[in-house]
Amino acid sequence: MSGGELADLPRMPPAPEPPPASAIGPRAWLRQNLFSSWLSGLVTIVVGLVLLLGAFLSVQWVINARWAVVTDNLRLFLIGQYPLDHAWRIWLALAVLSLLTGLTAASSGGPTRALATWLAAGQAMLGGLMLFSNMGTVAALAVIANAAVLWVAYIVALRRPVASRVLGIAWLVYIPAALLVVHGIGVAPLDTIPARFWGGLLLTFLLAIAGIVLSFPVGVLLALGRRSDLRVISALSTTFIEVVRGVPLITILFMASILLPLFLPGDLRIDAVLRAIGGITIFSAAYVAENVRGGLQAIPTGQIEAANAIGLNAIQRNLYIVLPQALRSVIPANVGLFISLLKDTTLVFIAGGGLLELLGIGRSVLAQPAFFGAHLEVYVFISAVFFVLCYAMSQASYRLEAALGVGQR
Amino acid sequence: VSAEPAPATHHQRVPPWRDLRVLRVVAQLVTILLIVLAALWLFGNLGENMRQSRLTFGFGFLNTTAGFDIGETLFNYSATDSYLRAFMVGLANTLMVSFVGIILATILGLITGVARLSRNWLVNRIAAGYVELMRNTPLLVQLVLIYAVMLQLPSVANSIALPGSIFLNQRGMSLPRPVTEPGFTAWLLVVLAGVAVAVAAQVIASRREEAGQRPGPLRRLGLLAVVLAALGGALLLGPISFDLPVQQRFNFVGGLTISPELTALLVGLVVYTAAFIGEVVRGGIQAVRRGQLEAAQSLGLSDMQTLRLVVFPQALRIIVPPLTSQYLNLAKNSSLAIAVGFADLFSVSRTMANQTGQPISVIVLVMATYLAISLLTSLFMNLYNRRVQVLER
Repeated sequence: MSGGELADLPRMPPAPEPPPASAIGPRAWLRQNLFSSWLSGLVTIVVGLVLLLGAFLSVQWVINARWAVVTDNLRLFLIGQYPLDHAWRIWLALAVLSLLTGLTAASSGGPTRALATWLAAGQAMLGGLMLFSNMGTVAALAVIANAAVLWVAYIVALRRPVASRVLGIAWLVYIPAALLVVHGIGVAPLDTIPARFWGGLLLTFLLAIAGIVLSFPVGVLLALGRRSDLRVISALSTTFIEVVRGVPLITILFMASILLPLFLPGDLRIDAVLRAIGGITIFSAAYVAENVRGGLQAIPTGQIEAANAIGLNAIQRNLYIVLPQALRSVIPANVGLFISLLKDTTLVFIAGGGLLELLGIGRSVLAQPAFFGAHLEVYVFISAVFFVLCYAMSQASYRLEAALGVGQR
Repeated sequence: VSAEPAPATHHQRVPPWRDLRVLRVVAQLVTILLIVLAALWLFGNLGENMRQSRLTFGFGFLNTTAGFDIGETLFNYSATDSYLRAFMVGLANTLMVSFVGIILATILGLITGVARLSRNWLVNRIAAGYVELMRNTPLLVQLVLIYAVMLQLPSVANSIALPGSIFLNQRGMSLPRPVTEPGFTAWLLVVLAGVAVAVAAQVIASRREEAGQRPGPLRRLGLLAVVLAALGGALLLGPISFDLPVQQRFNFVGGLTISPELTALLVGLVVYTAAFIGEVVRGGIQAVRRGQLEAAQSLGLSDMQTLRLVVFPQALRIIVPPLTSQYLNLAKNSSLAIAVGFADLFSVSRTMANQTGQPISVIVLVMATYLAISLLTSLFMNLYNRRVQVLER
């Protein structure tokens, strides 16, 4: 190689100088972020001391708290009065859920991977907790094993990805199948366990999932109705949405628990669980409708004009052009709605009907003489369960938002 | 959705089953028919069920004696009063909790939002942790948790004394109660005069600015006039005195004592809503474009001026609509008072529904009342929103 050839190559820019020693390293970080001015330094010291004191008191409380109220009643907190010798059906449903989540996480990306990590960690934690309870070592180990199932499924699917079509069908089949297995079909191993025996976290999930699944189609119809240029339909949809959004959920649940039976024929008795699901569905349909309306408004008019131009009728236009785009953009908002629905299920215990979801179980556990006055332990445990669930879902929802590129298209 | 494609205008007539104008009318008529049929069926069942269980519909019961006591009331009420008065007591309690809650939540929310934007890492992280904790746990669980803590506070004899004569104990919170003195009206007039001076100074300063002159210290002088009027008037006239709570052996005498129920409800609602308001404030301030800040700096505005004249007016436009929905949420969430045993609108109504055997009337009444509160709040906030929005095009 001669010097001439080298000279013809494009000049590389010189490597940037490393930042001065005063701008890197932990000391510089401290100076920039905690002690940038004397005021900031003062705030850091005061806030830091208060934080240390708070952390010390919290740790002290956690160590001294009587956690037996949780471990002795863990079964109630998780599944309520669901018979223990049938609980394997729930663990089975969880195992299949882990399997499907593992496969999906490997085959698709980002948000489901975060969710899979949380599901595995959550089940490992739950199983660990169950080891200290009276739910049986086998059940505890089975729940811990679910985390391993998820991990193995993930590793396998990384090597041999599963087609997304197959996964989609599997998920569609899974949700009703899991419900049938847990609820039972009235035949020998799968005896029917009526929903009034369900309780704790199981009931919380049933209410929230049934609520979001049932309210979704209603909400989409209401959103289309509100934007329809047929006056009557639009007025009716708007009235329904605004009335429901203007009143507290508790009044709707109260109405559902008292009025729903009165509005149905006398021989059609519906139990408290169905009434609560009805109330939650009415409530969340209005909020789904507003989310979907946001998605509908974001669709450029050109899309609709193009659909009209190629001769699609109103139903075809909505089904093939409008809804696929609108629904895609409102998935994160609906995940947010599901999170608040999960939190709002705690209200059913006030509305009456004797439903004992997680908070209701907590209140009934506090009535046990052995655990009189253990309010803080119970409520802190319930808060922690909700925090882990909701935080995991909200993190997944942020990633989903980024993956779908909402607001960037 | 935009208009349907215009119907074809051929010389031959479009058959009615393909004529959009006809179809639209038919579709609406069918919808109305279906809804009327469903309503007939539902109300038929209702009539039948009501006859069987001897329920009636009507509001006559509102004038009969309520017969139950309410712990905390804003105006006189006893068990011998009518149901209507009991309902009003509940409504007043809901409005009071919502009003006080909204004010306190706004203040705490502003602090949270600013803390989230702080360059101090520790402050920033603590605010973020607080917001995540509030957003990911149910409000109802927080309320019962706070109430449980309130009930575990020490007895009256061992009250926790906070600075400013505030005492916390099992019986709730005792605070100094402001009392208006004879000089109050005179003081109010002095303060109003100070405000008038400040407004005049503001107007003159704006005129000068528009004319391209320097406004000078006019605005500051105006502000000074208000402060001087308020402080000086207070010193000379003594318009307000504080009735301090005095600790006795078993209770507090004087001052204002708030029950543990109301304290738990207010603290829970404020702490929960403030986290959401903090995020609204943060989002609003962050949404102001960087270029705006740089432009303000290059014009030579001071930091305060940048904040007051550039950042705040623009952030406000973004903040007001989501802030409205947070206020509405707080008002609606106050219905959770029943979980801590505070007699709000819903709690009183539920007692009424159980006692009178007229659940339908009570439900209609309570839902209509909440709806009215929501509509009035959003009307008020929409008017304010229209003021802060910049007219485009």
